Amino acid sequence: MIAFRTLLYKEMLRFWKVSFQTVAAPVLTSVLYLMIFGHVLEGRVQPYPGVSYTAFLIPGLVMMSVLQNAFANSSSSLIQSKITGNIVFVLLPPISYREFFSAYVLAAVVRGIVVGLGVWLAAAFFVLTPLAHLFWVLCFATLGGAIMGALGVVAGIWAEKFDQLAAFQNFLIMPLTMLSGVFYSIHSLPPFWQSLSRLNPFFFMIDGFRYGFFGVSDINPWVSFAVVGIALILVTGFSLEMLRRGYKLRY
Amino acid sequence: MSDIPAIRVSGAVKCFGALRALDGVDLDIRQGEFFGLLGPNGAGKTTLISALAGLSRLTEGHIAVMGHDVVRDYRQARSVLGVVPQELVFDPFFSVRELLRIQAGYFGIRGNDDWIDELLANLDLTNKAETNMRQLSGGMKRRVLVAQALVHKPDVIVLDEPTAGVDVELRQTLWRFIRKLNENGHTIVLTTHYLEEAEELCHRIAMLKAGQIVALDTTQNILARVGGQTLKLHIGSAALPAVLVAKALSFDAGVAQFNFADPLQVEETLRVMREAGVRVEEMEILKPDLEQAFIQMMRQEAA
Ligand SMILES: Nc1ncnc2c1ncn2[C@@H]1O[C@H](COP(=O)(O)OP(=O)(O)O)[C@@H](O)[C@H]1O
Ligand SMILES: [Mg+2]
Repeated sequence: MIAFRTLLYKEMLRFWKVSFQTVAAPVLTSVLYLMIFGHVLEGRVQPYPGVSYTAFLIPGLVMMSVLQNAFANSSSSLIQSKITGNIVFVLLPPISYREFFSAYVLAAVVRGIVVGLGVWLAAAFFVLTPLAHLFWVLCFATLGGAIMGALGVVAGIWAEKFDQLAAFQNFLIMPLTMLSGVFYSIHSLPPFWQSLSRLNPFFFMIDGFRYGFFGVSDINPWVSFAVVGIALILVTGFSLEMLRRGYKLRY
Repeated sequence: MSDIPAIRVSGAVKCFGALRALDGVDLDIRQGEFFGLLGPNGAGKTTLISALAGLSRLTEGHIAVMGHDVVRDYRQARSVLGVVPQELVFDPFFSVRELLRIQAGYFGIRGNDDWIDELLANLDLTNKAETNMRQLSGGMKRRVLVAQALVHKPDVIVLDEPTAGVDVELRQTLWRFIRKLNENGHTIVLTTHYLEEAEELCHRIAMLKAGQIVALDTTQNILARVGGQTLKLHIGSAALPAVLVAKALSFDAGVAQFNFADPLQVEETLRVMREAGVRVEEMEILKPDLEQAFIQMMRQEAA
């Protein structure tokens, strides 16, 4: 238990020591998105009755920050440790692969939520969103962050170079988040794209998260919860098996 | 308790593709020993240490540390083992003290600042405790690596070429400390390129070549096996006379070494040189040392 807590603490201290890059920078990026898209589209698009476009956009941007930063935290920590070789410091001690996994994922969730909270607070200067169900907000932020933290573990272990990690991020994570309904309600899409969106687990994370704020969503939150929960179980199982075998870590 | 070997390697084979980096190694290291693992570059020393530490997995065979199998009982095995890796690795995010506290935590230990202070003092790092790793010199980083390996007071301490690139004074500091740990009952396993270091420190030595143990004995016995004395002749760019080629222990960079039991053979060798018109620039007569033993054994193995 002490080993797990220490690894978690170290992973959190790592991003906190460079919080200018790991927290402040992504908050600023999201606020820029909010100002630009909000300004251009406000009044032209009304996704739900009584919900302004800017208000609609905020939960999407918050969740996108949670997801991207959770992924960035575990994946960049692991690949840096592998490339510099200091990964041996966590491979030599008697840390079980489950503790290893939990510590990296939990630290990723914390980073995601800290950034997400930062985005939400900054956005509150422009529009204060309602908060219909705090439970769903926290639930989807945690589950989404955990999925991305676990995917970050997989990517960080698999990638041998920074460009491989960047490819994973640019060709998989970015398109899936961008096309998940951060900027629009899928009901505004043509039927083909609507059904395609339903194959994207990220869509359910963002839709469920948004439900927590407005109490309305495209999909019943319990359905989203089930989809996201199953996705988390699958990703967790996959990365635990990778770690158990020592894939690319213990040759 | 002390019947259990500190390290037991049984039938260890490690393949990298077609290469057998470890080719059937059997080795017992007793508790409390100061053991030297020697061999040329690429012999498989680091590969053996990695398997011992659980950083890699053997293709065949088993290794146990203090009786704990390093795969099956990896938690117990790792908690009694401290490894100083060969590569100079460090975590740039933290200060020396932060790093040591974190490392202790990984081993399930908290609040052992007294021991951390003792480590820092013994390794001459006290005034660097709050310094970030990035700001340390190579020698200091190396000593932090040693401290990290010792933070949980392991019974068995393995050092993979710990003095490579460390200046003489620091080497002395390090050995004084490691010796003290050995006197307090810790088992020490050392690989080094400085043979005089192994000769001075190690009770027993294994020589590894191409993944196999070619000699395993006490340091004394290995030295005795060489016997006689060594003649070292510096002949510059001249060629070694044909009759002497077979007799030479080694001939490298203009230095020929010969082993002889009878001092009169020196005269004989010099006569051959004179008759061949080879100018001897410098001559040394040496007592046998590990380097000689080493060269001789590697040569016998090749023959
Ligand atoms: N990860 C690896 N992949 C492929 N070959 C390796 C790997 N690690 C070591 N080797 C090879 O195994 C042999 C033994 O290497 P090593 O144990 O590092 O030698 P030493 O430490 O005695 O210098 C060398 O031929 C080396 O090239
Ligand atoms: Mg080596």
